[in-house]
Amino acid sequence: MPADLAAGLALVALIAYAVLAGADFGGGIWDALARGPRRDAQRETIAHAMGPVWEANHVWLIFVVVLLFTCFPPAYAALSVALFAPFHLVLLGIILRGAAFVFRAHSPQGIRRPGVPERQARRWGAVFGAASVITPVLLGMCLGAVSTGNVRVSGSVVSVDGTAAWLRPLSLAMGGFALAVCAYLAAVYLANETGGELRGDFRRRALWAGTAVVALSALMLPLLRAQAPHLWRGLLSARAAPVLAAGVAAALLSGWALWRRRFRLARAATVAQTACLLAGWGVAQHPYLIYPDVTVHAAAAGGATLRFVLWSTPFGMALLVPSLWWLFRVFKGPATRGSHGDERGTP
Amino acid sequence: MGTLTAARAQMEVSLAFHMVFAALGIGMPLLMVAAEGLWLRTSRPHYRHLARKWAKATALTFAIGAVSGTALSFELGLLWPRFMAFAGGVIGPAFALEGYAFFLEAIFLGLYLYGWEKLSPRAHLAAGAAVAVSGVVSGVLVVAANAWMQQPAGFVVEGGRAVATSALASFMSRAWLPMAVHSTLSCYIATGFAAAGVYALGLLRGRRDAYHRAGLSLALALATAAAVLQPVSGHFSADHTARHQPLKLAAYEAHFHTAAGAAEVIGGIPDVETQTVRGAIRIPRLLSFLAFGDADAVVKGLDAFPRELWPNVVISHLAFQAMVGCGLALIAVGGWFWLVRLGRREPGRWLLRALVAASPLGVLALEAGWIVTEVGRQPWIIQGVMRTRDGVTPVDAVPATFFGFSLLYLGLGIALALLLRGLATGAPPPAPSIDAAGAEVAHAR
Repeated sequence: MPADLAAGLALVALIAYAVLAGADFGGGIWDALARGPRRDAQRETIAHAMGPVWEANHVWLIFVVVLLFTCFPPAYAALSVALFAPFHLVLLGIILRGAAFVFRAHSPQGIRRPGVPERQARRWGAVFGAASVITPVLLGMCLGAVSTGNVRVSGSVVSVDGTAAWLRPLSLAMGGFALAVCAYLAAVYLANETGGELRGDFRRRALWAGTAVVALSALMLPLLRAQAPHLWRGLLSARAAPVLAAGVAAALLSGWALWRRRFRLARAATVAQTACLLAGWGVAQHPYLIYPDVTVHAAAAGGATLRFVLWSTPFGMALLVPSLWWLFRVFKGPATRGSHGDERGTP
Repeated sequence: MGTLTAARAQMEVSLAFHMVFAALGIGMPLLMVAAEGLWLRTSRPHYRHLARKWAKATALTFAIGAVSGTALSFELGLLWPRFMAFAGGVIGPAFALEGYAFFLEAIFLGLYLYGWEKLSPRAHLAAGAAVAVSGVVSGVLVVAANAWMQQPAGFVVEGGRAVATSALASFMSRAWLPMAVHSTLSCYIATGFAAAGVYALGLLRGRRDAYHRAGLSLALALATAAAVLQPVSGHFSADHTARHQPLKLAAYEAHFHTAAGAAEVIGGIPDVETQTVRGAIRIPRLLSFLAFGDADAVVKGLDAFPRELWPNVVISHLAFQAMVGCGLALIAVGGWFWLVRLGRREPGRWLLRALVAASPLGVLALEAGWIVTEVGRQPWIIQGVMRTRDGVTPVDAVPATFFGFSLLYLGLGIALALLLRGLATGAPPPAPSIDAAGAEVAHAR
């Protein structure tokens, strides 16, 4: 039971990472794809939205990693061996994304200044955009690799059946799906934080990204069934199906709300959609951490360790939650809305 | 290049790189908050300029520290999966608490950096103070994990894995306290002297204004205080090492032969084959006195241990000499500055030149000290429990990732140095006291 709770905690942290930091990656995607007459304004909005929060959002990933190696050390070790290459590429993306974001902001004539950004800032901007596109794809591929059943663990020996697990079609599809979800989250959030024509830009982008999310989910269904039948059965099980159904309902609601320009509702529904999809995946994956050889219970650390992690969580959260609330109230609260452009876009 | 060599090299490059930013991430917020506190108290604008400037430097260095730290949390597993499978459950709790501290640091840094206009002055100062405190706490907690590797405690081995016998196992290493104090002070020393060099250079170039003077004094107040305390902390650290890791002490002191009234070996290059130290100065009985508080105490030499367990004596000794040498030089330069200041004189050109020259020594001492403690622990990854070679990954692509990451960090280091240089030379216009409001606008982000 403590092991299941710890796994649940890691899943919650993963969801928080997806919903919060996923949107920061999405911001980078839209930075890379900024087009049209308001290109610089779009980029400035994105930088402005990400600036105060992206580092805090990023820490959720460190939480996931720490929970994994603290509570499930052999699973962490096995993933580190099996996913050696993609994890290194993820790190490359994370390092370049973060570095490029601050380097651009502190370059002479950064994009915040009036006028066109200078060459140095533009170059870092390009690195930032490219890294923001690549990293979520790789993270999605890693998540896919855990589900394919090709990472085998026997004792302390880790092997990968056939092609590298992260390069399977299902993993690739999950990479694309993660990219689309990040882009969708970011566009919906940005539509909430802007007004006027910029809001229209981000609404259109959200609709495109939402379409991509739906298309990629449709593509994943047959792949799941063919390549990860255990996960397919898990997703349809009585435990996971209601969660997924809620996710699908939230997805439909967010699309409808976006279409009708009910932006706050769209944002809430988008968060619910992402959370339910990941929670559904986690529930379906249970009791496996890495299918089919590593289960939550077999990989769990000793009782003292799990107790420490679980008992320290309420105290840690008592510090974290009010601090996060303050951060988001100051920078994402109602008073900050419409600071870019006006509110004409509101119905 | 073998996997073990490559994995150690990649870990060394990643840690050496991360450590600079981790240290600045601990030291810079304290300077920035001190400057802002002085601004609120005195309303003298140059303090606000300093706080703004140091906040920008913090923003750059914290971001690099955060992403390179993320890389390390992955690299623990990518390079040392067998070590993590064995010990993750025992050292993990230290990292879990560190996660909270680091989280708070990131949250309050966001509030601080972007909240100049959105928060009340006191709330803003409080956010900065929270960054400074959580930075220290975060560093101290990470050191707990390393201390456990130096002197493991609170676990039993079951089924090939270390199982914690207590929820607090990762905090039970008695090496933690001396290491935590020593490393925290070293962060303040590294940051303070590095920042002081910037203002000393400005003063040398004729910018003798309140901004540069205050920058220099604030940085050196922190740096000198920490540098003067450091030998005391170092003494407790060495004392602990002498008792619990005598082989490490023997290696970094280049003390080959067990002896009573052992001599302190200063400088020189150890020759492991002949078991001598070339070109060293020896001070009789000092090592015995420093290690055990008794000039006649017996200090175990390297010869008391099997040869295969010796760490690299040359690297240990040279790194230790470099660390102590830098530390003493910094105390001298810092002391010189405060003597001049207490005499109510302006720092002269030679003092300013010395401060510029001393600017990198704090970082150098930090890196050297880390080499002493990590190389000195070899061949163990967990002292007496697990060899480094038994913890390494079976993946054979490590040489490639080592070269890749080295190039990446080299490139980032150069880019960051150029940006920080731009930041350091961009001082506010002279005579800020008259045109406080105008300078304010110029410095708004």
